[in-house]
Amino acid sequence: MIQHLPILQVIIPLLAAPICFILKEARLVRWFVLIANVMAFVVSIMLLQQVNLHGTLVYSLGGWEAPIGIEYRVDELNAYLMILVTSISTITIMAAGSSLTKEMAESKQTYFYIAYLLCLTGLLGILATGDAFNVFVFLEISSLASYTMIAMGNDRRSLWASYQYLIMGTIGATFILIGIGLMYMMTGTLNMNDLAERLPEVEQTKTVFTAFAFFLVGVCLKLALFPLHLWLPNAYAYAPSIATVFLAATSTKVAIYVLLRFIFSVFGFEFSFTHMPLTEILVSLGLVGVIAASVVAIYQTNIKRLFAYSSVSQIGYMILGIGIGTKTGLTATMLHLFNHALMKSAIFLALAGLVYRVGSVNIKAFAGLGKQMPWTMAAIVVGGLSLIGMPLTVGFISKWYLILALLESNWWPVAVLVLIGSLLAIAYIWRLVEVAYFKPALQNNQSYKEAPLAILIPAWIFVIANIYFGIDTSFTVGLSERTAELLFGVAK
Amino acid sequence: MSNEISNQLSNEIANQMMTQEALMQWIILLPLLAIPGILLFHKKQNLREAATLIVGTILLFAVVAFYQGFDAGQGAYVHWWELLPGLNIAFRAEPLGVLFSLVAGSLWLVTSIYSIGYMRGHGEGNQTRFYCFFAVAITGVMGLAFADNLFTLFVFYEILTLSTYPLVTHAGTDKARHGGRVYLSILLVTSILFFLFAVIGTWAETGNLTFTAGGVFDNSTSKMVVSVLLALFVFGIGKAAVMPFHRWLPAAMVAPTPVSALLHAVAVVKAGVFSIMKVCVYIFGIDLLAELPITDWLLYIATAGVLLASLVAMRQDNLKKRLAYSTVSQLGYITIGALLATQSGVLGGSFHIVAHAFGKITLFFCAGAIMVAAHKTEISDMRGLGKTMPLTMIAFFIGSMSIIGLPPAAGMWSKWYLLMGTLEAEQVAVMIVLMISSLLNIAYLLPIPLRAFFDGNRSVVSIRRDEIKEAPWPSLLALSITAIMTIVFFFWPQPFYGLAESLANIAGGAHG
Repeated sequence: MIQHLPILQVIIPLLAAPICFILKEARLVRWFVLIANVMAFVVSIMLLQQVNLHGTLVYSLGGWEAPIGIEYRVDELNAYLMILVTSISTITIMAAGSSLTKEMAESKQTYFYIAYLLCLTGLLGILATGDAFNVFVFLEISSLASYTMIAMGNDRRSLWASYQYLIMGTIGATFILIGIGLMYMMTGTLNMNDLAERLPEVEQTKTVFTAFAFFLVGVCLKLALFPLHLWLPNAYAYAPSIATVFLAATSTKVAIYVLLRFIFSVFGFEFSFTHMPLTEILVSLGLVGVIAASVVAIYQTNIKRLFAYSSVSQIGYMILGIGIGTKTGLTATMLHLFNHALMKSAIFLALAGLVYRVGSVNIKAFAGLGKQMPWTMAAIVVGGLSLIGMPLTVGFISKWYLILALLESNWWPVAVLVLIGSLLAIAYIWRLVEVAYFKPALQNNQSYKEAPLAILIPAWIFVIANIYFGIDTSFTVGLSERTAELLFGVAK
Repeated sequence: MSNEISNQLSNEIANQMMTQEALMQWIILLPLLAIPGILLFHKKQNLREAATLIVGTILLFAVVAFYQGFDAGQGAYVHWWELLPGLNIAFRAEPLGVLFSLVAGSLWLVTSIYSIGYMRGHGEGNQTRFYCFFAVAITGVMGLAFADNLFTLFVFYEILTLSTYPLVTHAGTDKARHGGRVYLSILLVTSILFFLFAVIGTWAETGNLTFTAGGVFDNSTSKMVVSVLLALFVFGIGKAAVMPFHRWLPAAMVAPTPVSALLHAVAVVKAGVFSIMKVCVYIFGIDLLAELPITDWLLYIATAGVLLASLVAMRQDNLKKRLAYSTVSQLGYITIGALLATQSGVLGGSFHIVAHAFGKITLFFCAGAIMVAAHKTEISDMRGLGKTMPLTMIAFFIGSMSIIGLPPAAGMWSKWYLLMGTLEAEQVAVMIVLMISSLLNIAYLLPIPLRAFFDGNRSVVSIRRDEIKEAPWPSLLALSITAIMTIVFFFWPQPFYGLAESLANIAGGAHG
């Protein structure tokens, strides 16, 4: 049993998806999906324990040894992210029941859950696998499932948003495939470990350079690095609320994992940062992303779109951390990966509660909500403070490390820009706070009740996590530091 | 409350109930305990206010007891938790912190009494929210006062900023929201862009954020870097309202008067100058400050601020605005005291934290009382008010004396030591400016009570005298207490003077 954990992690949600068809009834499906998620979560915890005990776990699919068969490889980095993905997925699904009832017909809900499970499968598959082609396959599974989920939003624009994402996502996937294909052409292997061994022999060829470039662009499209982020704001804004929570918290994070895995483990630090101008590209794009997306966020009137742009800017921070190319920088990225997932889950879940009651996420609808829905609004405010990087929230911890990393490398002008990014975050968060707390409710607005507990409790779990991990940082900082060491260790 | 009883009570607390360490934590957390009470009784005004008053009284005894048990040699130390390796939330009692906690602790109670009269007399809404955030702000002040390191200080500094924002925006009108926006944006921008940057910079340079007598920098850090960090600290601690980052203070005057009184004459602004003083004494050390060329420049900027703010104050007709600019100017005195980098400067600056707090809060109380009772906000309308509101105007007079630095008011001592500090540091220009500023203080403060008493016939607006009475009694009581304290501290400055002196000794300790 124990040695099958890596495959169980992927196979549980994969098998659960078709079973939903058989169950059909939405209420049954809901419970079943929750159970599947909890199982996946338990497996991910056991995986981390196993990794801590035995080091990297290697699992050969069907008993076929690595170069021939597909290999799953779980080290501390994947295990850490698997916990993140499965825990967020589980807590989110708790809120799904009531949120979905409000936002889509009951007949459609089963399909939504199936897409959700498949998306989870894809994300976990990407994390678990040690095979480059497998990464592509799972990436497509998760992407196709996301397109479906987004298209199920109750706004007609969600179809358009989904289509936009489909086009962009497919371009990205194609680029990734071309990159992997070129790597295969040069080395004759798809196993990441083998690739890492064989690539150095041929690394000074134009083909490998091209492969790297294609792969990088493809992944950056997937993780919505500025200026390849165009699909993201609409997708987040018009998707069903639950889908937004799940995608915002996990899918871009997994794309960043792919980026890390390939530039550090497969191509190697030496190649990525010295032969390729990765530092310049990532730092400049990351910074522009942070500033530009934050500025755009300030002018949004749709609050889901506002936080979608904020996501783009937060991704900029993570990319910046990678771009620094030091261990502290990478620690900052790993921390922010985790922390940003917590912030955005809290915020988008609270917004889901708001949609449930108010039906709109336009800023005008927020007037007076501070008094009518105090807990929901408080969740958004705490999440917002965390985004800004107030001390005692997780946001502060990641900012601290990022700035420390920048100062260590003597890039203080960049550090100043990062702090300016925080200030821009204040601007867009505070616009919301002012309207919600200090503007009286409109005359013709009826009084709204607090969001249902089924949504509020999961949202507050994330809010408390935002504060808890902002105070007790030993788990996140420890793991982030170790994974950063791991990535640099492999690079040597 | 007579002194004996309070002494006895505080001794009881000190001796029987708890150690200094426990007491310090209670002081930080006590204000929060008022919140459940406030929320529970949000429908019953009297009980709700009782919650604040009871907790405020206990807090007062606690800070007095803490002061009595305080030994400058070995202050209590409490470690809460380690956020990141080496980055702690920890508290330590040292003279300046004890001094600040005494001031804030005693004035919270007085202000609460005052608020009851004011908020009801003025018919303000959302009072439950008001008292809750007030309590949070006091916790912020106490945590800041006892912070053992820069990081803890920063955390509570930000808590104070955020918890006072709803108080500033209290009215919820467009004007209030605008004021709140200016308030929040200047304070957060300076704190994140400069202050936090300086904290992280100090951490990156020295790896030590703990307040240490004599400072944390050694010779390995280049003078250039230290200078930049000092400038970042001085401007980043926006609460000290060093020009050109003073705009938030007048903007915040849209707040209800008790807020302006406690927060913008005592808690928030004093948190700012307190932080600057702490950073100068315990992070840089006055020896290092004296060596840095940039210290002089910052000193001149602060000095110019003192003069400019006084001049601007003269031109304000709105009483609260005038007091606000006067505060900006007076805060400059304390910043100057810190930057003079001499023992007298530190002594005078720290004592001015006390003297200005009691004097200015009296003035604000009076301004609020006039607003509630006579509905006047403009100074030109206040002629002749002395006959109908004699108590208020006498208190105003005493407060003004203290701000100007005339005997018999506490403000005299701080000005005395500050001037000595300028002589020790051989900064004649600064000394002259301080004296000119005192003259300006006379010009913009004293006419208000004098005209109120002696200029009644030329009253611009005809007031129907019989309709105006003194403000509600809780407000009157509060402003009388602070006015009397201002005089008491002239004759009996010992407790605060002692603390300020031991701080000066610690600061000068590095001299050997």
